[in-house]
Amino acid sequence: MTDSSETGSYPSSWKKAPFIKNSFVRWLIIVGGAIYLAAALGTMNIDLERVKEGLPRAQRFLDSFFPPNFSDNRGVLWEGIAESIWMAIISTVAGIALSIPIGLGAARNLAPAWVYLFCRGVIAASRTFPEIILAIFAVKLFGFGPFAGFIALSLGTIGFYAKLLAEDIENSSASQAEAVKATGANWFQWINYSIQPQVMPRMIGLSIYRLDINFRESAVVGIVGGGGIGATLNTSFSRYEFDTAAAILIIIILIVMSMEYTSSFFRKWVQ
Amino acid sequence: MLQLAELTKKYNTGELALKGVTLEIPKGQVLALIGPSGAGKSTLIRCVNRLVQPTSGSVVLKGTELTKLSSSALRKARRRMGMIFQEYALVERLTVMENVLSGRLGYVGFWRSYFRKFPRADIQEAYRLLDRVGLKHMADKRADELSGGQRQRVGICRALIQNPDLLLVDEPTASLDPKTSRQIMRLIQELCSERGLTAIINIHDVFLAQMFSQRVVGLELGSVVYDGKPDGLTPEVLTRIYGEEDWSATIKSTDEDDDDEEEF
Amino acid sequence: MPAITNNGIETWRLRTSKEQWIRWVCWLIGLAVIMYAWQMISEKTVWFFVTDAPTQAADIGSRMVPPKWSYMDKLWKPVWDTINIATIGTIIAMVIAVPVAFATARNTTPNIVVRTIGLFIIVSSRSVNSLIWALILVFILGPGVLAGTIAIGLRSIGFCAKLIYESIEEIDHTQVEAIEATGASGPQKMIFGILPQVLPTIAGVGIYRWDINIRESTILGLVGAGGIGLQLNGSLNTLAWTQVSLILIVILITVFISEWVSAKVRGAII
Ligand SMILES: Nc1ncnc2c1ncn2[C@@H]1O[C@H](COP(=O)(O)OP(=O)(O)OP(=O)(O)O)[C@@H](O)[C@H]1O
Ligand SMILES: [Mg+2]
Repeated sequence: MTDSSETGSYPSSWKKAPFIKNSFVRWLIIVGGAIYLAAALGTMNIDLERVKEGLPRAQRFLDSFFPPNFSDNRGVLWEGIAESIWMAIISTVAGIALSIPIGLGAARNLAPAWVYLFCRGVIAASRTFPEIILAIFAVKLFGFGPFAGFIALSLGTIGFYAKLLAEDIENSSASQAEAVKATGANWFQWINYSIQPQVMPRMIGLSIYRLDINFRESAVVGIVGGGGIGATLNTSFSRYEFDTAAAILIIIILIVMSMEYTSSFFRKWVQ
Repeated sequence: MLQLAELTKKYNTGELALKGVTLEIPKGQVLALIGPSGAGKSTLIRCVNRLVQPTSGSVVLKGTELTKLSSSALRKARRRMGMIFQEYALVERLTVMENVLSGRLGYVGFWRSYFRKFPRADIQEAYRLLDRVGLKHMADKRADELSGGQRQRVGICRALIQNPDLLLVDEPTASLDPKTSRQIMRLIQELCSERGLTAIINIHDVFLAQMFSQRVVGLELGSVVYDGKPDGLTPEVLTRIYGEEDWSATIKSTDEDDDDEEEF
Repeated sequence: MPAITNNGIETWRLRTSKEQWIRWVCWLIGLAVIMYAWQMISEKTVWFFVTDAPTQAADIGSRMVPPKWSYMDKLWKPVWDTINIATIGTIIAMVIAVPVAFATARNTTPNIVVRTIGLFIIVSSRSVNSLIWALILVFILGPGVLAGTIAIGLRSIGFCAKLIYESIEEIDHTQVEAIEATGASGPQKMIFGILPQVLPTIAGVGIYRWDINIRESTILGLVGAGGIGLQLNGSLNTLAWTQVSLILIVILITVFISEWVSAKVRGAII
């Protein structure tokens, strides 16, 4: 190799190539982003006067949060918590029970086209609307109380669980499925021996994760009348019992934390 | 130039990886460190630049005791020691040029490095080194687009741009094919002699060790069991280092010449 | 070996008897919990309303069609607000989440106190739904878009920081060591060794969360925190069902577009 360092012709400056190579597109994105941000902030109508005058109010508000009041004067705190837990459990179970047939139907490698489209439609519909909107309608239909919350959370579970189940089945190994089919197994045996073992561990982990989500969501469906701890929380806010509200929030955080712990433990256990 | 005295390392797990290693390496010497897996070769190299903190003993580089340095003094000392890694250890999502320039991090301030505003001399040197190893045209490629041999050459550039006194090389050829291995070893050897560098090279391949080094140290279970000329690696010595095996095919026969001259 | 000897003949079985028993007991406990939960819920249910639901559904359904298309004029601004709440909320969240993630990851923060604080921030932000954050903030800041934006931001910090810190903990350590060996300082190690490895995750998480936030910001108006939920709430309260159906259609379209956009952007940068 000839050593060209003698010629000393090496460039002495270097710039990292920009992430977006086309400079027109790059500037379009930068300028467009800047204009959007300016427009968004400009139309936000942030009334700084009001925020400023709200600050002492915020101070008083935060003060009234402490100390949290766990004494549960009206006897509704623990009842609300219990209701939320039962609601979370039952809606997870019901949601998953509904998700299994829908998830199987929404897997392209298992289902005929019309079943596939129908199940995908159900999933998309359930995923689009937040649980809270489902809850509003459930309350209109079934009246106030945990039953409405149960329906809303179960429907929400379908969008989550059936979708992931279907994707997992679609990603499962086709050769294993073929091998079992080749033994002459019928459809149920085939699912049981080839698909189920492949998707089961992840699905168990996800069901615990969904239980966790459903518990957290149960705290908000109550705001629109769906029962559970959310109803208690909403009442304590509207009665200005902020110390009770603080207690509720702390309890929610603690329960979610312990669930997270359990679910990571479970996931390790089933791998 | 580099003195190790009674260097000992005990890992938290209780593993005694180095048992009082004493070595004296003069300036400009290329030393090959051989030994079976788990003998403590990587540990020894890492104790020198303190990626691993030695338990006891001393490491003296050009009169400076390294084991007791404060963290800012250690950073200064590390600038003078280039390290080349087994799996290249390039930052894969950065470009080749950024990887090479990262060798200058010890010399430039944080904000300059953050905005990639390296001194002009550094950039020129980076291009010169990349040209020297035949990768100048690759400067703006991302590191994960390169082949193994190319990556290792970038790793060499990164170590050399530090302008080191000492090269620490940990199994530079372990993931490379036989031909590329030789090319890389030859490159390291040439660069060392061009710049008068001292080098410690960990290597599994006894044949390569004999071919490209002036001195071989054999390590077994954390202790030095051989220290001498490459020619002194007789089957008996290898058995002492590695255990019983038929060594006839491994050792460089005395009459074989280094006739492998092709370019890369 | 899970085989039993039956009349001197070895028979293969999947599980040993003990395992089998444990499984049965677990199933039984699970079933009892479910029965009890159902019992608790149904006690509080007025079954008349439930059996009446189909007629109610038919009734509401018939009142919802056709959607009142002319109402669209009043929805453009709320839709714009909804998108802004999600976007600016996500930006705020990401700006805070990245440092929190670095402070929580084991390999970037050896200090256990700092790490615990980081974890605490993550958990408390994640446990509280954005609607509850909005409820609190509407009390503090007054109703409006600002409360909604901050609520989305607060809720998203934990989500983003959790995913980012997990990916920081999974980086390839030798790349960082190589940078360390050149004599780089701590911050330089971060910029050259760690950040390039986690940047794709950071971008991906931001886009993913933005998509979720569009969905969440459609409902914040229910507690007065701005966006299209305000109109939804108003229309529900006045039983203006034709407006409700239009709003639902608008939400549906917004969500579909945001999903499409986020998929495109993700495809472009990763
Ligand atoms: N981080 C660590 N923690 C605990 N023990 C370690 C650590 N690194 C290495 N060891 C132990 O120290 C001993 C020496 O390891 P070292 O990596 O230095 O060997 P080596 O000679 O480089 O082996 P190889 O040729 O396989 O790379 C081994 O027994 C190993 O198990
Ligand atoms: Mg090693």
